[in-house]
Amino acid sequence: MLKILKYSFYDLMRSRWSYVYFVFYLLLGVVLLFLNNNLSKAVITLMNVIIVLVPLIGTIFGVMYYYNSKEFTELLLAQPLKRSSIFLGQYLGVALSLSMSLILGLGIPFVFYGLFRSNDIWDFSLLLITGTFLTFIFTALAFNIALSNENRIKGFGYAILLWLFLAVIYDGLFLMSLILFEDYPLDKLSLFGTMLNPIDLSRTLILLKLDISALLGYTGAVFKKFFGTNFGLIVSIIMLSVWVVLPVLRIVYKSNRKDF
Amino acid sequence: MKKGFISLIIIFCASVLNIKAETIEVCTTCKITSIKEAIAIAKDFDTIIVKKGTYYEYDIVIDKPLTIIGENYPVIDGKLKGEIITIHSDNVTVGGFHIINVGISYTEDYAAIRIVKSKNFIIQNLKLEKLFFGIYLEKAKEGKILNNTIIGDAKQEYNSGNGIQLWYSKNIEIEGNYVQGVRDGIYLEFSDFCNITNNISKGNIRYGLHFMFSNNDVYKGNTFENNGAGVAVMFSKKIKMYNNTFKENWGSASYGLLLKEINDAEIIGNTFEKNTIGINIEGTNRINYKNNDFIRNGWAIKVRGACYANIFSGNNFLYNSFDLSYNSKMNDNVFDGNYWSNYAGYDLDKDGIGDVPYRPVKLFSYIVNRTPETIILLRSLFIDIIDFSEKVSPVFTPDDLLDNNPSIKKIEW
Amino acid sequence: MVTIENLHKKFNKNIVLSGIDLNINEGGIFAVLGPNGSGKTTLIKSILGMVIPNKGKISVLGTNIKHNSAYRSKIDYLPQIANFPNNLKVRELIKMIKDLRGKTDEDVRLIKLFNLEPFLNKKLGNLSGGTKQKVNIVLTFMFDSPLIILDEPTTGLDPISLIELKKLIQNEKAKGKTLLITSHIMSFVEEVSDEIVFILEGEIYFKGTINDLKTKTDQPDFEHAIASILTINNA
Repeated sequence: MLKILKYSFYDLMRSRWSYVYFVFYLLLGVVLLFLNNNLSKAVITLMNVIIVLVPLIGTIFGVMYYYNSKEFTELLLAQPLKRSSIFLGQYLGVALSLSMSLILGLGIPFVFYGLFRSNDIWDFSLLLITGTFLTFIFTALAFNIALSNENRIKGFGYAILLWLFLAVIYDGLFLMSLILFEDYPLDKLSLFGTMLNPIDLSRTLILLKLDISALLGYTGAVFKKFFGTNFGLIVSIIMLSVWVVLPVLRIVYKSNRKDF
Repeated sequence: MKKGFISLIIIFCASVLNIKAETIEVCTTCKITSIKEAIAIAKDFDTIIVKKGTYYEYDIVIDKPLTIIGENYPVIDGKLKGEIITIHSDNVTVGGFHIINVGISYTEDYAAIRIVKSKNFIIQNLKLEKLFFGIYLEKAKEGKILNNTIIGDAKQEYNSGNGIQLWYSKNIEIEGNYVQGVRDGIYLEFSDFCNITNNISKGNIRYGLHFMFSNNDVYKGNTFENNGAGVAVMFSKKIKMYNNTFKENWGSASYGLLLKEINDAEIIGNTFEKNTIGINIEGTNRINYKNNDFIRNGWAIKVRGACYANIFSGNNFLYNSFDLSYNSKMNDNVFDGNYWSNYAGYDLDKDGIGDVPYRPVKLFSYIVNRTPETIILLRSLFIDIIDFSEKVSPVFTPDDLLDNNPSIKKIEW
Repeated sequence: MVTIENLHKKFNKNIVLSGIDLNINEGGIFAVLGPNGSGKTTLIKSILGMVIPNKGKISVLGTNIKHNSAYRSKIDYLPQIANFPNNLKVRELIKMIKDLRGKTDEDVRLIKLFNLEPFLNKKLGNLSGGTKQKVNIVLTFMFDSPLIILDEPTTGLDPISLIELKKLIQNEKAKGKTLLITSHIMSFVEEVSDEIVFILEGEIYFKGTINDLKTKTDQPDFEHAIASILTINNA
């Protein structure tokens, strides 16, 4: 698997797209710092952007890579290699190279701006951790979609739909159901609803950091425990890991049963 | 005979230093071993010096103008029996004691030190611990409460007292005190023309500072941190609030500053940082909010209704989850020339003022008011979208609530 | 060498292979023939483990290939369409395959044989179809495996390279290896193969030598023999 990972990673690192994303994040970081002229504010803006953008890039790029490397995959399949190694290697190659683009692209301008001398280093690390988690989750979901759809147009369509659903539509439905059932105690339901969507989950991680004052205004005991202690942070990180593991397991399952 | 001789010497020594007033020394090995005893023999304007040691006394009544000073913080232990010191005279100075174990009662407000119907007193450098009420002023005037440290261990409201309480008192200076772990850090009821300056009130279960029916008071340079609520000003007029810091007052009913039925106040130069609600306003009129910093609060300002002719100008609203929440569609308050970190407009003519007005009330704050659990959707893209559409055409929020001159840069003063 | 018992495969509702039994003995060249869509490639991919059968058993060199990947080190496979990762250089691809499969020095000789030296530092995305096929051939023949599977090996080759390929095939046969070839070029099949397997609608229609086929169909030459099978079955 490590060999596949190595080659996928090299392949991607040399591809145009990695540079495009790297440059994109670099520009985003520079522009935000330039416009805001303030590290904290740039980090906050970035958090809002990251939780939407990283999943989009992860899904699109994951699907694209899978379809574009079909030949490479077939070449590998004829070699004495386990299927799970081939696909996990490729998956990790994509996820790692995307994470690298993210971390370096955003990291470089912030470090030059004096990140290490500021108090925002924790917020910024949280941002990168969340971004990396989201990259791993959505690349895995993208591989799942691509493995299940031979037709690449369909695959791209589903990938965009998935992103649109989790980034926007899910929250809309979530909001409507909360308002609809507002006469009932909802704190457990709302936390549960959050766990089922990795974008919402990362958002709560960011809320924990930025909006703790507002969150503690709500009276529910479960809320209080979740947001008032480290419980929320731990649960969110565990759930994010689950969100990585489940799609990865399905990659293994699906790839072992697929015809090429 | 011997006793009389020693006191003669003491009186003689004291008279060398000060012809008018005499000094009486109290210590565990002295001739006079209790404060009560010393007060009993002292004459008006005498000084009583209490040496280091522990004095098990309560119901100490000071009924003549005396200066009572503790040296190296002698301990007065009330053994939970009742009130410890009660002052019934003008011109009394008490300082330098460590007073512990005030009695707790459900019928009487026992205090570590109480001043009744007196004036020109100074209470300073006391350390109060294990207390019910700390310093209690009852119809007192023209006195000073300086540099005291009051540390309680209150758990519930009903069986705890206030750190410093003023009742029907006037012209009192409260400065440099530290109050922690009581019900209200400082409580003023029917007390006018008081100055409350540079105190720290922290971790109290109700309010850091509480005004009821008190007018023309000034508080400035104080810090209120992690209280049930920072400061509550209720049913009061002409209160001036300058340069205070309200910090980390967290909880479901937690405010940096709670204003209820108050008129004609000035709130200038304060910092509200990381409170669940920076300022909660209900039934307030003609209040001038100027040059305050609202930093990372849940709600910088929550307006609950019946608020008229308030002016908010030159304030900085920095990274609050919500800058402003209104529970009605009516608006009679003015927001002008503030800096809003959430402002996304532009300044093409480079005059430092944004060319598009800022709309500080978001639709989402209205939704959260209605269904509090929806707070979990804060910062969601979907919420941003509905907020944006509300911004374009307001339906639920007051459409005339605008800052027409939002500052482009953070305001300095 | 390869034993296939009762092999069934369908894609969705489309039955591609229905009950194939095939035994390929060690040594010699076998051609798998059949019209388009008859299941040739599916059969080959089943042997390679790329297609997972619905039913049946495949053994290669005595081991069941189900849930197994190690047996593929005994197979050299030349895929039908030579599409490689576009960002890799030829040199890197060869190095990578060597890294994945093991050491060999044959590549140097083969590169010279097909005049690939000028292309070694070019990216695969920039190569012509024929050159890619040559690289493909190098990758296949540089290892010394007992079973060689060639799927349409002649695609895009110029006459000189075709001659070299035929030589290579004969060399490998001489070493006692087993070769499995599919091709549409009947003259090529006739020239190189010892035995043919003809697949029609997912079943084995014929297995034997070319002469057997000619006798069976009563046709003078190979091409006509094949054509007659197809016309009979379409009629």
